[in-house]
Amino acid sequence: MSEFPNKANVVVIGAGIVGNCLVGHLARLGWKDLVLVEKGPLPNPGGSTGHASNFIFPVDHNKEMALLGEQSANQYRDMNLSVDSGGIEVARTQERMDELQRRMTSAKAWGIEAHMLTSAQVKERVPFVNTEIIKGGFYCPTVSVVDSLETGTVMRKEAIEKADCKVFANTEVLDLITDDAPTPNGRRKIKAVVTDKGTIEADHVVVACGVWSNRIAAMADTYIPLVPAVHQMADVGPIDILAETNKEIGYPIVRDMDTFCYERQSAGSMEVGSYGHRPILHHPDEIPSNEEAALSPTEMPFTPDDFDQQMEEAIELMDMLGDAEIKYAINGLLSFTPDTMPCLGEIPDVDGLWSAAAVWVKEGPGMAQVVAEWMTYGYPRVIDVHGADIARFYHEEKSDEHIWARANEGFNKTYGIVHPAEQWESRRHLVETPYRSRQEALDAEFFQARVWERPQWYNSNADLCARYQLAPREVEWDNRWWSPITIGEHLNLRENCGVVDLSAFQIYEMSGPGALEYAERLAVNKLDVAVGRSIYTPWLNADGGFHSDLTMMRMADDRVRIVTGVFDGGRDEFWTRKHMPNDGSVTFTNLTKKITTLGLWGPNAPAVLGQLCGHDLSQNGSPYGSIIPVELDCGVDGLPNRTITAHLFRISYVGDTGWEIYTDWGNGPALWDALFEAGRDLGIRATGGGVYGTSGRLEKGYRLMGAELESEYNPLEAGLARPKVKAANFIGKEPYLAARQAGAEVACVTLTVEDQTDSAGRQRHMQGGNEPILDHNGARIVDSHGRVSRVTSAGYGPSVGKHLLMGYVPNELATPGTALQVMYMNEIFPVTVVGSGSAFDPGDTRLKS
Amino acid sequence: MLLVVLEHERGELTEAAREALTFGRSLADKMDEGIEAALIGSDAEPCVNQAGEFGAEVVHTCTHELLSDYGPDAYGAVIAEMVAELEPAAVLACGSERGNEIMAQAAARLDAPFVANCVDITPGYPWSMTRVQWGGSLLEDSILDADVALFTCGLHAVAAQPDDGADASVEEFDAEFDESHCVTMVKDRTVQEAGVTLPTARVVCGGGRGVGSADGFAKLEELADLLNGRVGCSRAVTNLGWRPHSDQVGQTGTRIAPEIYIASGVSGAIQHWVGAMASKHILAINTDREANMVVKADWAVIADLHQVIPAITAEVQRRKG
Amino acid sequence: MKILCCVKRVPAPGAKINVTADGSQVDAAHLGFTTSPHEECAVEGAVQLREQHGGEVTVLTVGPTEASEQLRYAASVGADHGVLIPDDGSAWDPQRTAAAIGDAIETLEAQNGSAFDLILFGNESADTGGFQVGIRVAYRLRRPIVNGIKGIEVSGDGTGAGTVTARREIDGGFEVYELPRPCVLGVKEGLNLPRYPTMKGRLNSKKLEIQSLDIDAAAGGQRRVRLHRPAEQVSETVILGEGPEAAVAVVDVLEELGVL
Repeated sequence: MSEFPNKANVVVIGAGIVGNCLVGHLARLGWKDLVLVEKGPLPNPGGSTGHASNFIFPVDHNKEMALLGEQSANQYRDMNLSVDSGGIEVARTQERMDELQRRMTSAKAWGIEAHMLTSAQVKERVPFVNTEIIKGGFYCPTVSVVDSLETGTVMRKEAIEKADCKVFANTEVLDLITDDAPTPNGRRKIKAVVTDKGTIEADHVVVACGVWSNRIAAMADTYIPLVPAVHQMADVGPIDILAETNKEIGYPIVRDMDTFCYERQSAGSMEVGSYGHRPILHHPDEIPSNEEAALSPTEMPFTPDDFDQQMEEAIELMDMLGDAEIKYAINGLLSFTPDTMPCLGEIPDVDGLWSAAAVWVKEGPGMAQVVAEWMTYGYPRVIDVHGADIARFYHEEKSDEHIWARANEGFNKTYGIVHPAEQWESRRHLVETPYRSRQEALDAEFFQARVWERPQWYNSNADLCARYQLAPREVEWDNRWWSPITIGEHLNLRENCGVVDLSAFQIYEMSGPGALEYAERLAVNKLDVAVGRSIYTPWLNADGGFHSDLTMMRMADDRVRIVTGVFDGGRDEFWTRKHMPNDGSVTFTNLTKKITTLGLWGPNAPAVLGQLCGHDLSQNGSPYGSIIPVELDCGVDGLPNRTITAHLFRISYVGDTGWEIYTDWGNGPALWDALFEAGRDLGIRATGGGVYGTSGRLEKGYRLMGAELESEYNPLEAGLARPKVKAANFIGKEPYLAARQAGAEVACVTLTVEDQTDSAGRQRHMQGGNEPILDHNGARIVDSHGRVSRVTSAGYGPSVGKHLLMGYVPNELATPGTALQVMYMNEIFPVTVVGSGSAFDPGDTRLKS
Repeated sequence: MLLVVLEHERGELTEAAREALTFGRSLADKMDEGIEAALIGSDAEPCVNQAGEFGAEVVHTCTHELLSDYGPDAYGAVIAEMVAELEPAAVLACGSERGNEIMAQAAARLDAPFVANCVDITPGYPWSMTRVQWGGSLLEDSILDADVALFTCGLHAVAAQPDDGADASVEEFDAEFDESHCVTMVKDRTVQEAGVTLPTARVVCGGGRGVGSADGFAKLEELADLLNGRVGCSRAVTNLGWRPHSDQVGQTGTRIAPEIYIASGVSGAIQHWVGAMASKHILAINTDREANMVVKADWAVIADLHQVIPAITAEVQRRKG
Repeated sequence: MKILCCVKRVPAPGAKINVTADGSQVDAAHLGFTTSPHEECAVEGAVQLREQHGGEVTVLTVGPTEASEQLRYAASVGADHGVLIPDDGSAWDPQRTAAAIGDAIETLEAQNGSAFDLILFGNESADTGGFQVGIRVAYRLRRPIVNGIKGIEVSGDGTGAGTVTARREIDGGFEVYELPRPCVLGVKEGLNLPRYPTMKGRLNSKKLEIQSLDIDAAAGGQRRVRLHRPAEQVSETVILGEGPEAAVAVVDVLEELGVL
C-alpha cells in the first residue's frame, strides 16, 4: 500500500460503481493526482452496488435517464461485463397495456429495439409465466445484465494505470474541511478531507457515497438531498428449469409492473425484487458499519411481513416460485431523492465539492462520465443533465422532512404509471405567495413548480366552457391533469384579458461597479442598453450550448436585474455566483421573495391598467421591452385608497398585449384586488399556467428552457441568434462564433397535428413527453450529432384550432408545410411544419398594439 | 473449600482439567480457601498425581464400577452428592463440552444456579463474575447469590500451568449409586467415517472467482486431499457453474468452522464471509491486498494462487516425506 | 411421533456487537432477529423425523411477542404448532426460563394427554450461552438428556416406548448414547443442514395459530449487571509473502496449527 498522501488534486469518496467509474473517466480525461478513499473493503465495500440486481432496462420516458442508461449499458458492454438477457414488462391491466404502448413510443424515440408481445408470445420466451393473468408484454431484447462490481474494479484499475490513482480501502472519512467564511460570491472553498488514516488537502472533492452521501455532505455543512430507502429482494431456488440453462441468466428478466416486482434469474435461482412494499426509509446513521452488519451495511434485515403480498403475486405469475426455498432475502438500501432524479454536479454552496450520488447501477458509468466531463469542461458534454443537476434544489427541498415525505410518496412510483404532468401530494404550498387565499377562493387547481405553487387553471372559470363550448378530452390519459377550463381561459384572454400569477419568477439583482461588466460576461446579448430597457438573452456554457435563457433588466447604471423561471432558479443562481468576480465589485441579491409579479394580458389589458395609473400605456409611452417605474392607485371603485410603486414591464409570453407588473411582495394583494375591480366589466379572469406555459406560449412558438432549450443545442439552432454578435466577451463566445460560421444543422420548429384520430377512432393529444418525430416513412430523424427529433412541448392551440408541437428537425425538413409524422402511444399521426415562428399572429400585431 | 471437577481421558488429565486447576488456584487464593479436586470414573486413579502437581490438596475419587465410562447424569449426580457431603463453598469445572454438561446436571439436581464460561470470578456475598457471551464477542458482568457457587471457567481462559505442588492426598468418595443414575452412559464409540464433510473439515481450501475456471479447482483439490480437508467455494463460483452448490460456503450455502480456512482468489463478499467467519484461522491468497478476505485474514499471501497453491502442495509433500 | 423443539429468538449481528448505553442488553435497534442456530437444526431434525415417522412438531419459545416471528419461521419450514411463553421483556435467567418451560411442557402434555416422545433443545443459546436450560428441564421432567448431539435415530416409529440413539461428536469420531423414550436432547449445529422456507411455506406460516401460555417462575440466583465488549484486539493481517516462495511460511503455519 502506498503511503497515505497529505495532498491531492482530486479526492473521490466512495468506491461503488460511481466512484470507481468516476476515477476511471477522470483518468481518461487526463486528470492526475487522484485519490479514491472507501470506508469498506474492496471490491465490495458494502454499499448499494454490492447488492444490486445489476440489470438495465434501457427504455425510460425521461430523456436523461434513458440516454444515460443506454450510455451506461454500452460502457458495460465495451468492457465485456454485460450480457443481453432481454427483458419483458408484462401487463396485468389495460391501463398497463396502454403504458406499454407509451413505452414503445419512448423506445422508438431513443432508438431502442422493442416489441409488443401477446401473452402467448411472452410464454414462448418465458415458459413459466402464467399467461392467464397477463394481457401482454413489452419486450426489449437489449435489456442487459451487468457485473457492476467487476466493472468498478476494471475502471479503478484503469485509473491506477493511467493516472496513478491512489486507492485506500478501509479508510473512513471523518470530516470535510472548508474555508471558514464564504467569499463575496457566498460560497466556501473545500480544503481537505479528514480520514482515519490522515488528512488530505484537495482542490476537488467528490462525494460518491451512495446512501451515505447526505451524511458526508453534512460534514461540509451542506446537503445532498437523498435518503436510503429499502428495496426488498429475495433469492429463491434452486429451480430446475433455471439451473438447466447453465447460465447466470438464460431467460429474459420479467418485470411484473402492476405488482411493482421483477423476477430475474440468477443461475439456478430467481431473484424476486419489489418496489411494491410500503416505503421503508432509514436515516444514514441507522445503517450499520461493515463490522456491525450481519450481511453488508446496505443489506438490512429482511422484514418478511412487508414482502408477503409480493410473494403471493409472484407465485401467481410463476407458480414454480412457490416451492422454491428463500435462500437469501434482504431489505436492500437504495438512494431516493425528493424528485426521483439523481444528484450530480458541483454543490452550490461549496466551491470544489461535487456530488455524484443517487445514481443506481443501471446509470452509474454514464453518470460518472457526466460528472467527470463536468469537472473537466465546466459542463457535461455527453448530454444535458439539468434534471439531475444538484443545483436545481431550493432550500425547502433539502430538509429531511421534505426528502422523507417525497421518498415516501415516490417509492411506489418506481414501477408506477406516472403521468408527465403528475403532481405530488405531499409537501405542497412550501412557499406562501401573496395571492393564495384569493386563488383558493377561485378554486384554483395548483400545480407545483419545485417549491412554488402556480394555479394551472381556476375551477371558478368553469362557465367559460359553456361560453366557448368546450368539452373534456375523449381519452382519460389525455384528460388527466388537464381541464378544458384552461382553453376557456385562453380564449377569454384573447377576447378580453387575464391575470396570471408570476410570483414564482426567480428575481436576482447584481449591483456594484463590476455589475454591468459581469452581466455582459454571462449573456449572449448586449447588456449595455439604456437604463429601463430589458433584454431577452441566452446564457451559454463554455461549449456554446444553452445554460439558460432569461430576461435581464438594466435597472440602473450599476444594477442589473435577472428574471428567470422557477425550474431554473437554483441552477441560474449557482451559475451566477460561481462565475462572479470574487473581488467585491459585484454584489448578488436574491429578491425573489421581496418582489411579486402579476401578468396582465389581453386586448383589454390597457383599459384595465389605465384605471390604476395615468401613464401613457400605448406602444409609444410604454414600448415593447421597456421597464417603467409607476405609481398605481389601487383605490379602484371603493377599494381602500392605496398607492403602490411598481415597475411595468411591457412583454408578453402569451401573444397579447400587456405587462408583467413587478411590485413589493406586500403590495401584491392590493394590486390583485385593484386589477380585478378595474377589469370587472372588461372580462378579466384569473388565468392559469395552462395558458401562460402551454397554449399561449405554443401559439407564439416561444421556447422554454429545459424543453426546447438544452445544452445540446445552440442559439442558432433554437432560432434565438441575433443578426450581430456583441463586441464584449461572454461565456461560450468562441464556440458560438464557430457555430454561426458553420451554420445550423437543425431548426426548432412548431408543428401542427393534422389528424388526431387514433386507430380506435378517438381523438388523442400528445403531451410533450419526447414523442418521436418521424419522417414520411415512419423512420426516426437523427442529426449528425446523434440528436433525435422529438416533441419537446405539446398542447392545444385554441386560437389556431390545432394541436401544436415543438421540436428540432433538420433544416431540410424545417420548411413550412413539410409533412412529417409523430408517434404517440405507439400510433402514428400526421403533422405539418409551421416553421420557426409563431403559429398565431406571426406578425406580432397583437403584442404591440 | 473450592472443589474442582476434573476431566480425564485414558489415564491423563485433559488440558481442560489442567486449566480448571490453574484457574482454580487463583480463585481459591481469592476465596482464602483450600483447593480440592473431584475425579470421577473407574479409571481415574492415575490422574491423582497430576492433580496434585496442578495444586489440588485433596483428590476425591469416585470409582464406582458402574462408572466405567462417561455419563452426564451419573457424573452430575456424583457432583451433587459431593456438594451435599463435602460442602464446598464453590465448585469449578472447565467450560468444555463435558464440563458445562456435568455442572448443569449437578446444578439441576441441587436446584442451584450455575454460571458457565467465566473469565473472572470475585468471591463475596454475592459473588461477582465476568463471563463470555456470544462465543466471546461480548462479556457479561453478573452477580450470583447461592449457597454453593457453581462455575465453569471459559475454555482457554487461562493457560494451564503446574503448581510447585506437593502430593495430593486421596479420599475415596462413596457415592450412593445405582443403575438408575446411569441412563445416559456412553454406549459405543465410532471412528470418523471416511471422507470429511465441509461443515466438519479441519481444513477447507476455498476458491473464488479468482480461480478462473472449473479446471482451476484441481489445484485446490490436490492440496485439500493432502491436508485431509475439503474444497469450498464462493457463490460466484457456484453461479458460474464451476462447482456444485454443496461446495458453496456462505449465507446461502454451508457455514464452516475449520481450524484453518485457506481462501484463494476469494474477494470475501459478505455473503461468503458470513459462512466462513467461524473459521478459527484464515489464510488468504489473493492478488489484491485490499480484498476483504485479505483484510480479515490472520495471514495472507499477496500473489497469484495458481503459483502459490502448487508451491504449498509441494512443500507439504516434502515435509510429509 | 410427537416432538417438541424449544427455540430462542436472538439478534442477528455482524462481527461487532453493540451494547445499549446502560449495558443491559445487545443494541438490536437495526439488527434482524433469528432463531439460535443450534435450534434451527433442532427444528430441521424434528421435521425430518416427522417426515419419516409421521406425527407433529411443536415449537416453543420464551420471549417477547415478536418471538412469534421465530415460531412462524419454524412453521414455514414444517413445524405444526407454536407456543409462546411471553416474558416481561427482561432477560430471564436460566433457572427461571427452565422452570417456565418445565411448567409449560407439563401443561401441554396434560392438554395432549400424552408426553412428547422427544424434546429438543439447542446445546446452548447463541447469545447468552448458559449451557443449562435443557438439562434443567429434563431433570425437572425426570427424563434423560444428552447434550452436544449431532445425530439422531429413533427405534420403531418413534412413538411410545423405545429408544433414541444419539451421536455426539468427539475428537476423531462419535460417542453413541441410547436413551429410553421419552427423552430430551441438546443438539448442535451440524446435526443437519436446515432447509430454507419456501415461499408457500412462508405464506402458510402466517396461518399458524400461536398458543400463548402465561407462565412465570421465580428468578434464579444469577443476575446480569451489564454487558460490555472485550478490549478490541487489533489484528493486522500478517503478510507471509508475495509469491510462491511464501509456501514455506504457509506450511509453517499449517504445521503450527497441527493440520499437516
